[in-house]
Amino acid sequence: MLEIKNLHARLEDGREILKGVDLSVAEGEVHAIMGPNGSGKSTLAAVLAGRDGYEVTEGSVTYRGRDLFVMSADERAREGVFLAFQYPVEIPGVNNMYFLRAALNSQRRHRGEPELDAGQDLLQRAVNVGFSGGEKKRNEIFQMAVLEPRLAILDETDSGLDIDALRVVARGVNGLRAPDRAIVMITHYKRLLDYVEPDRVHVLQDGHIVQSGDKELAAELERIGYATFGDPGGDTAGDAAA
Amino acid sequence: MSASLETQQTIRSLSDEGYKYGFVTDIEADSAPPGLDEDTVRFISAKKGEPEWLLEWRLAAFRAWREMTEPEWAKVEFPPIDFQAASYYSAPRQQATPKSLDEIDPELLRTYEKLGIPLREREVLAGVAVDAVFDSVSVATTFKEQLGALGIIFCSFGEAVREHPELVKKYLGTVVPQNDNFYAALNSAVFSDGSFAYIPPGVRCPMELSTYFRINARNSGQFERTLLIADQGAYVSYLEGCTAPQRDENQLHAAVVELIAHEDAQIKYSTVQNWYPGDAEGKGGIYNFVTKRGACRGARAKISWTQVETGSAITWKYPSCILEGDDSVGEFYSVAITNNRQQADTGTKMIHIGRNTSSTIISKGISAGRGQNTYRGLVRVQPRAQGARNYTQCDSLLIGDRCGAHTVPYIEVRNPSAKVEHEATTSKISEDQLFYCRQRGLSDEDALSLIVNGFCKEVLKELPMEFAVEAQKLLAVSLEGSVG
Repeated sequence: MLEIKNLHARLEDGREILKGVDLSVAEGEVHAIMGPNGSGKSTLAAVLAGRDGYEVTEGSVTYRGRDLFVMSADERAREGVFLAFQYPVEIPGVNNMYFLRAALNSQRRHRGEPELDAGQDLLQRAVNVGFSGGEKKRNEIFQMAVLEPRLAILDETDSGLDIDALRVVARGVNGLRAPDRAIVMITHYKRLLDYVEPDRVHVLQDGHIVQSGDKELAAELERIGYATFGDPGGDTAGDAAA
Repeated sequence: MSASLETQQTIRSLSDEGYKYGFVTDIEADSAPPGLDEDTVRFISAKKGEPEWLLEWRLAAFRAWREMTEPEWAKVEFPPIDFQAASYYSAPRQQATPKSLDEIDPELLRTYEKLGIPLREREVLAGVAVDAVFDSVSVATTFKEQLGALGIIFCSFGEAVREHPELVKKYLGTVVPQNDNFYAALNSAVFSDGSFAYIPPGVRCPMELSTYFRINARNSGQFERTLLIADQGAYVSYLEGCTAPQRDENQLHAAVVELIAHEDAQIKYSTVQNWYPGDAEGKGGIYNFVTKRGACRGARAKISWTQVETGSAITWKYPSCILEGDDSVGEFYSVAITNNRQQADTGTKMIHIGRNTSSTIISKGISAGRGQNTYRGLVRVQPRAQGARNYTQCDSLLIGDRCGAHTVPYIEVRNPSAKVEHEATTSKISEDQLFYCRQRGLSDEDALSLIVNGFCKEVLKELPMEFAVEAQKLLAVSLEGSVG
């Protein structure tokens, strides 16, 4: 589903953030990407989603057999890429359900499917306006459920959530596992992974993946901390164990 | 020889009387030569076959205009207008009209498409002879029959002068007197035509009155004069303009609209203005300098102005309400867009005179390109206006970093029991909002349209429903190319 090969990307000011990321995600799999602040986690999410302000300098990303970078951000979305934002933005005056229906119909049109009519309007409020942090995160998962993406990238979905909110979000994510769907969760902490068990865990440090493993890796990371993994200077690691 | 002198001589040669009572009506000229003086006014009045009292009214306006100087306090810039260079009268055009849409500029057709204008309406708007499109006689007839049965008068201003002079005489100039301001004086002297409506007591007008239905309206854009009267307990909703872009070879548009609402009456006046805004440099666009004012004469009268201003090179207007009657209500809802080099200085005046009057002002300004958008509003509470209430909200949205939004509120309160609230916000369309929408599958255009419509929602929902859809699309079309 998703093949990231030697991905290098930098900011507009020239700073290189991703320094050769390799990642392979198959359909039906759930992956977790963990890393310290500044490792490039959010940059990776932004580059995959197609946000302006980043330049890919080297490497490639293949999504469902297609070159991801020839598609614009909204094209990628219509092809089934979904990003659950770390800080979902407010859109005043735009009714939540209206927004979602517009998005869904845009994607359905693209797939040649019939568009949805005005159904029951569960959420009449404007998009994220006045929502608490937890509510915004739940809104992201709700949108994900409606849009049924093929590739869902959850950017620090667990940040700012208390235990109960976390459980609700986790339940939502688990409910969206499907054989033809891949989920990539970006997170600092192991917490979310206790509720949403990943098939693979990758550690991103200084712009590239220094180690990959199964869910035990997350536990180990928790015990030892990021500093022990890999070299802040950016050499490829390999020696995990420890 | 000066143009006006030539006119005089031509006229004299056709009549024995000189110009004591205006000119003989069999004047062959189709248009007045350029220039504006008393003779031009007489020429216009004679061409229209107006009664003496109206000619005198025009002349009083012209004499007042001559003594006035152009106002320069608005935040708009334009090269000086040579008032003697324009012609102030031309007969309805008899030029060849296109036979079908095939003869129309494809760009224009594309715009109609984007605005979702029904096919048949496109033909009318593009100038295809109305007879070819509608059975115009029967449309107009059915319409008039329905209204006539209720005692409602809705016709051109000229027709009203002929058929209902007592009404015109009673109300004309009572809300906007001839010497009110420079452009109103000019309009009063040389106005071409416009709309007139009178709703009798207790009657609720059953349909939107629209200039569109006055099929000849298209030719009278330059100095329109409109007078609407809602008698006791009456209701009318009136719609002016259309979303389709309109061109006019006359650059200056100085219209005057007067509304009178008696006791318990309600007038809802909606405007959608999309006059040609000029090229990307703003050259050649229409100057829309308009005086609009409504008087709530009786108790519990209500007047609402709703405007969507997307066109014109310069928009300069303050639809206002004079709240004379106790418990009367004034409302102003506005969306004004300035893109490229457009300029707008618009707002409202709410004058509280009676007791327990209230007014609501919601102004949404969107600036893009190098547009300059100014909200200028006056809330005045007179000393005897006990218990007055006003709520004002003016929000500005900036797209890009070369446009400007300005707010100039005037609040003059002379009664201590008044409650006046003013809120203002200024924001930029954020990259974050646009990206959020795009990440959900919406195109750039759809995303912008969504966000802008969300911003303008409170105003758009005041528009008559049929119009609201077109207006939403118009906003999107007006902002095309403003992002990225």
